[in-house]
Amino acid sequence: MYTFSNKLKTFSFILMILGALGVGYGFITSHKSFEEVEHLLAEEAHHGGGHGEEAAHAAPAHDTHVADSHGNNDHAEVDGHKKHVEHVQHQIHNRPWSALYVAAFFFMMIALGILAFYAIQIASQAGWSPVLFRVMEGMTAYLLPGALIVLAIAVFAGDHLFVWMNPDMVNPESEHFDKLVAGKSGWLNKTGFIIRGLIFIAGWSLYRHFSRKFSIAQDTAEDKSNFKKSFRIAAGFLVFFIYTESMMSWDWIMSVDPHWFSTLFGWYVFASMFVSGITVLALITLYLKSKGQLEFVNENHLHDVAKFMFAFSIFWTYLWFSQFMLIWYSNIPEEVTYFVTRFQDYKLPFLGMVVMNFVFPILMLMNADYKRIPWFVVMAGLVILAGHYIDIFNMIMPATVGDRWFIGIPEISSVLLFAGLFIFIVFTALTKAPLLVKGYPFRKESEDFHY
Amino acid sequence: MEASKVIHAIYTDDDVLMSAVKKVKSEKHHIEEIYTPFPVHGLDKAMGLAPTRIAITAFMYGLVGLTVAITMMNFIMIEDWPQNIGGKPSFSYLENMPAFVPIMFELTVFFAAHLMVITFYLRSRMWPFKKAENPDPRTTDDHFLMEIAVHGNENELEDLLKETGAVEVNLVDKEAH
Repeated sequence: MYTFSNKLKTFSFILMILGALGVGYGFITSHKSFEEVEHLLAEEAHHGGGHGEEAAHAAPAHDTHVADSHGNNDHAEVDGHKKHVEHVQHQIHNRPWSALYVAAFFFMMIALGILAFYAIQIASQAGWSPVLFRVMEGMTAYLLPGALIVLAIAVFAGDHLFVWMNPDMVNPESEHFDKLVAGKSGWLNKTGFIIRGLIFIAGWSLYRHFSRKFSIAQDTAEDKSNFKKSFRIAAGFLVFFIYTESMMSWDWIMSVDPHWFSTLFGWYVFASMFVSGITVLALITLYLKSKGQLEFVNENHLHDVAKFMFAFSIFWTYLWFSQFMLIWYSNIPEEVTYFVTRFQDYKLPFLGMVVMNFVFPILMLMNADYKRIPWFVVMAGLVILAGHYIDIFNMIMPATVGDRWFIGIPEISSVLLFAGLFIFIVFTALTKAPLLVKGYPFRKESEDFHY
Repeated sequence: MEASKVIHAIYTDDDVLMSAVKKVKSEKHHIEEIYTPFPVHGLDKAMGLAPTRIAITAFMYGLVGLTVAITMMNFIMIEDWPQNIGGKPSFSYLENMPAFVPIMFELTVFFAAHLMVITFYLRSRMWPFKKAENPDPRTTDDHFLMEIAVHGNENELEDLLKETGAVEVNLVDKEAH
């Protein structure tokens, strides 16, 4: 049995407290009034730094059109200025919500990705992985709280994250009425969003609950009935998962840009969650092994996990590029704005994540010998994880905070908060059962696994 | 001039062969060659053969392919005749790069795969009309053959090989290649 070391427990609490403080700080400092934002913009216009475009917007209202005798025009400029300041004010208000949401989703998707990986290992009757099952089961313990937190943040944030949650957008009387969003309101409405979210979470958690139950029961069972049951529910879950994962990615991520759509988006999010999940599996396995808890895991298992990290990094890149290149190539205005904003305002994270998620792993993990060296896998894994955090960051932020993004206190604190929660829940779950499955039919094969 | 006489020890089971190889190695005899009808897992390790470097050549061939693709597309599409084709930006390679990626990818794979296969053929001396080198036709069906050079120690070797489970031990004159 594994015991959660006090050091690590304290560490996770420190992360959570630091994170919570930072998140609170983010919310307090983001409450800027209209005048403050106006002042901020005027200052930026003075410095003329990176926000030249806004400076051009902000300045005319005060001075240029004085010579213009058309009162109407002048009025319109003032209106435009007001709109612009309100727009920026919204973006500043959205930032702590988005930072919290990105981090919450990131850690939730690690648990969800590894749950899918676990189901695949059982359904394919893999002979190498059963020694890692308990680590995977520990990680999936985060799924239920993590996913509920994501849904809760989405619902509480409302139109801070999802503009379509603003009732004015579907109200034809309102000046904010948006015909396109109104047309999608059959799917994109708050009630549907919550119901669908709860169905997804319930389905995933039910599979998690029963697979864990059968896995524990198989330890002491005389026959293989629990194994057979877990095989059947794994196959069923995978079918459920691929539908719900796709819909979840539309709901929880793609709908932050309700005017935009992409058909392979579900797969793209899936690739991201799968590779992050496997990477965290490798990191936790290496941590537990370094503490002498997993003697039965050898470098051959590590090699296989690292191969998955390598292969799914490439798979992620394939989907990222397919999505980008098809839209770039055809250049249809209604689709391409998605990438135009990312290219203009997020150049470094947008291109940097391709280096972190593709170039780095492909060069680090191509060599078969390197995949067996723990510190090498840890190094590559940390870069991959950071890269996929930025991937989620790039999906959410441009729609909510636009060019007002920065990886500062709200973002880092949110990551710390959920990292602490993740560590606490996962390692607590790891203490609940022996780290080696006992009665699983492929256990012996897995222990003797040699590549 | 190599030893003109060799011993051929024939086995009928790959497990027996593996233990025989270990035994012969531990007695410090040099194994010239082993003929098997199918890959025997771990045989190269038991014989102490050096690992293959063919993956490294494939990686370098891939880099060559990538370079060829980039140079070719850059010359044709950007430098030689930068036409406006459907509004694609042909001002620099980088600006139009997404359109070239499929070609870059395929040529990398093409070069890596084909040149590696050719390297394999060259290094293992395989080509059409090549004279087959198997000393006993049964080794392509269900027998395993270990070939050991003789340096005037036939009797000692024969005893050792019999002990390891060889079903047949033959002293033969080796043809010069």
